Amino acid sequence: MCTPLAKLYFEDFQPGHMAEYGPRLVTREEIIAFAAQYDPQPMHLDEAAGQKSLLGGLSASGWHSCGIMMRMICDGFMLNSASMGAGGVEEVRWLRPVRAGDRLTLRVTVLETRISKSRPDMGIVRIRYEMMNAHAECVMTMVTPAMFGRRPGEASS
Amino acid sequence: MMRFYDDLRVGDRIELGSHLFTAEDIKIFARQFDPQAFHIDEDEGARSHFGALVASGWHTASMWMRKLVDYHKREAEALRQRGERIPEVGPSPGFRDLRWYKPVFAGDTVTYSYEVIAMRVSQSMPGRGLVTVLGSGTNQHGARVFSLESIAFFQRRDPTPP
Repeated sequence: MCTPLAKLYFEDFQPGHMAEYGPRLVTREEIIAFAAQYDPQPMHLDEAAGQKSLLGGLSASGWHSCGIMMRMICDGFMLNSASMGAGGVEEVRWLRPVRAGDRLTLRVTVLETRISKSRPDMGIVRIRYEMMNAHAECVMTMVTPAMFGRRPGEASS
Repeated sequence: MMRFYDDLRVGDRIELGSHLFTAEDIKIFARQFDPQAFHIDEDEGARSHFGALVASGWHTASMWMRKLVDYHKREAEALRQRGERIPEVGPSPGFRDLRWYKPVFAGDTVTYSYEVIAMRVSQSMPGRGLVTVLGSGTNQHGARVFSLESIAFFQRRDPTPP
């Protein structure tokens, strides 16, 4: 999954494959803009309110972190793949606050792969994502089964 | 649910309100966070296995959060007007088993809700209880499009030391 130009199909994902993407700078402006639209709680909108909260300072909405992670996934490899979306997410953990000024990197690990029983032209790739800040602290993890089209000519075999 | 942990019961269910997903909103969200072709372009959506422009699942989920926060704000305001204590809610350590059952297309209206499915007193934060809710979204045809099991810390009314 590290070849930059060839389009990635289900067959290109193998258990144990790892890749890293980023860093991606998180700005104060985008934290507040996301929160105003999707998660307008005080600790995501205002520094003073963040200080008073359990998060100890202005911090990004967890859903914003999900969006940032998804964008890093898209730019990292998903847009260059035969992605067919995902039926869901097994688990997301928000482990530490994401702050303005954080530079986030994304580590991608392929856990397992299988061909869809109901749709043999499609495969399911179970992937673990770990988002780290510049202090090498893990801020968020996600495990998700993503769907990818099979390489043309492979589906009948 | 703008209540203290002690006032919640497993099975409590709350309607959070509805949201219309317009093509413009779908594309604005997706261009920023999930620019896959079927989320940002009608023609690409039509050619995809979805058959039409479809909202990013993260958009559907983020709107659930917005409806939840709006509901909490309305409840807090009602408590304030009655002069009652307002409980602190949050933050959430995460969620599990998020499902996107069906695509959300441009023009769909999703109605969100949640139901309390598990409760326990927090070991790490004695003044808090950990509440698991099943959040879900249903489209205008009555079909469920989204659900998740979300976890949040709720303040206890009168925490007794263990």
